[in-house]
Amino acid sequence: MRGSRIFDSLGRQGGISMGMDIDMLRCTGCKLCQIVCSVANFGENNPKKSGIRIVSRLFTEARYDVIVCDHCGECIDVCPFAAISLDSGVVTIDPELCTNCGICIDACPKGALFTHPEVGHPIKCTLCGECERLCPRGILGALAASTEGEVAD
Amino acid sequence: MYGYAGNILRVDLSCSKVSHEPLTEELVHNYIGGRGFGAYYVYKEVPPGADPYGPANKLVIASGPFAGLLLPSGSKTSISAKSPATGIYGDSNVGGHLAGELKYAGIDAVIVGGKAEAPSYLLIDDDKVEIRGAGHLWGLGAIKTEEVLKEELGDEFQIATIGPAGEKGVVFACINHDFGRQAGRCGMGAVMGSKNLKAVAVRGTRSVPVADIDGLKDVSAVMFRELMANPALKVWQDLGLAQVTTWANSIGALPTRNFRQNFYEAVNGLSGELMKETIVVGDKACFACPMATGKLCKASFRGKTVLVEGPEYETTALIGSNCALGSIEEVAFANYVCDELGLDTISAGNVVAFTMECFEKGIITKDDTGGIEAKFGSLDAFCELAHKIAAREGIGDLLAQGVATAAEAWGEESRRIAIHVKGLEWSGYESRGAPSMMLAYMTCDIGAHHNRAWSVTHDIAVGRDVIKGKAAKVVEFQHVRPLFDCLGVCRLQWVELGLPLEHYARLYPVVTGRDDSWEDLLVKSERIWNLTRAFAVREREDFGRKDDWPPGRFYEEPVPDGPLAGFGITEQDLNTLLDEYYELRGWDVNGRPKEETLTRLGLEDVATELREMGRIL
Repeated sequence: MRGSRIFDSLGRQGGISMGMDIDMLRCTGCKLCQIVCSVANFGENNPKKSGIRIVSRLFTEARYDVIVCDHCGECIDVCPFAAISLDSGVVTIDPELCTNCGICIDACPKGALFTHPEVGHPIKCTLCGECERLCPRGILGALAASTEGEVAD
Repeated sequence: MYGYAGNILRVDLSCSKVSHEPLTEELVHNYIGGRGFGAYYVYKEVPPGADPYGPANKLVIASGPFAGLLLPSGSKTSISAKSPATGIYGDSNVGGHLAGELKYAGIDAVIVGGKAEAPSYLLIDDDKVEIRGAGHLWGLGAIKTEEVLKEELGDEFQIATIGPAGEKGVVFACINHDFGRQAGRCGMGAVMGSKNLKAVAVRGTRSVPVADIDGLKDVSAVMFRELMANPALKVWQDLGLAQVTTWANSIGALPTRNFRQNFYEAVNGLSGELMKETIVVGDKACFACPMATGKLCKASFRGKTVLVEGPEYETTALIGSNCALGSIEEVAFANYVCDELGLDTISAGNVVAFTMECFEKGIITKDDTGGIEAKFGSLDAFCELAHKIAAREGIGDLLAQGVATAAEAWGEESRRIAIHVKGLEWSGYESRGAPSMMLAYMTCDIGAHHNRAWSVTHDIAVGRDVIKGKAAKVVEFQHVRPLFDCLGVCRLQWVELGLPLEHYARLYPVVTGRDDSWEDLLVKSERIWNLTRAFAVREREDFGRKDDWPPGRFYEEPVPDGPLAGFGITEQDLNTLLDEYYELRGWDVNGRPKEETLTRLGLEDVATELREMGRIL
């Protein structure tokens, strides 16, 4: 499900090249991406129902990891139920066909498919673009470049 | 219940019992959340005369209705208890990610009572709540403890810990969270330690229901748009609160050499710009905050390099200029020492500066300090004293009880330079040239803290020597600012980036579905203010005006140098400020709430109790 647009581009500071080259070193760990993802895609305030994760590497490396699907499509072929497809560049899970077997989760090279006890299928990025538009550091620029068909400079 | 998880978690460590009880409509209506819940439960459940270190004290860890939602900076957890520093109600709030996580775990507040037999930590994983052994954590630093628990439990757990200072009952022991965020004030870490509670770890997966999700999106979009369009945001992202240091110095408010001065000649060594150039390695935000004022720093001293979050302004003021350290890197190193030991940097800076001044004046000598050359400017001395305090060794055992207690031991000349109110050390604004700020410190309900009424800008706006009329601004701030602590949201976006209060007023109904106006919420905040005051009045027969009095230094010594050289405030001024303040509050001339005031605020039971005890007329 794609939510209606909540945010206009707010934090974007110029595009990053296509291909999800997220500028992780500038992530501040605020997790606005997680909370807006849940509101946009589930209509709920719950950063655990989100297709993006911020993981703290504070204690050892003084930074955060941003984990989100780059729509590489590696999960498509491993799905035994043909529930995953490439739809206009967006890797999409069909909840009707998905049995939540978890094979795609293991196969994902980014670790970017997430489970939630209330959701009957893995949760992943839908390229709705809300997180990019809200990110105060504008580090998720590639998402919008894909979504809006912009060519980054 | 919209905006809330709907449950209170009770933990009795004495009998290892945990239970959930539903959040009541009455509690939410009257006390909102956060600090309001803390005030309610501490007043109701901690009996008069209870030992702050005893099992009867309650530690209340409370979120608020705005926390954990899609809105700017709903990140605040309030932690409340009877304070070992002051003997009255105390609370401290912390940002990071704990407030939302509690709600995702289905809990609005945790009330911890009793005392565990052995070192323990509390694990909350959605419905699973366990009291687990913490023998392997006891004695570890506060940050190290969090790191170990994150390794054991996973990064998704949000964790609050104490360091050795909390274990040893240092009255200014803090609670650490999210690497470098602290609930610093009032010794909440010592209360945790007294219960043998080393840490609280929380993870949840639930959604937080809101009344009007589309309304929330709309208001939130406006708030974020205004924040992101504000050119000042970039400065806050770049420098964080470290930018305040040179400003505070320029207005004659920067605590220097135990508040003897309010101007530090070496301030350039402590500036935010220098900090960014020399030691900052990354920026860090609390939940949902675009400001990211947390600055991750690397600091080295005597061959040891450490990673630390901070220093922010308060730490730089109290440890930097107040102890006359030479560089921001030294301050950052001292900040690390305090964080790991679990010491509040504000009080620790005060305690060390006080020791340094007493050493300089000959009130104490190396015989008292155990050989430490406790001179202003010495980071060695700072670190040695901090370690002795956390271990309660030698002079550290006395200093662990705060400046007020140390001054009792060191005599009259030290008493007038022990910078505290009600037993809580003064935070980062020297206020001889800021009467409303002075009054704010004098009347702050937890002791000398700035966050309830940060009114120094009001003094600058209407006149640094103006006394009359100042109390009204303090009362106004004491209602609006703590309201943020009730709602579970940070106030910096309003204070520093000018987000209008109207936005927060609009958020309240869309989040909670309640029709209270902002004015209604301010009345609730006033109710909470009177309840915490009532706690103090119930606690001590002689509590009153004398407890709202600042240290002698501030009315006996004019400002010696800097932009306010020669400035001073008189005892008469102080009394005028208090008279006006008590009048506006509906308190008697001794600062006790009148029965009619308590009744007006719906605190009839409290009024009856205090009247029957003979505490109010």
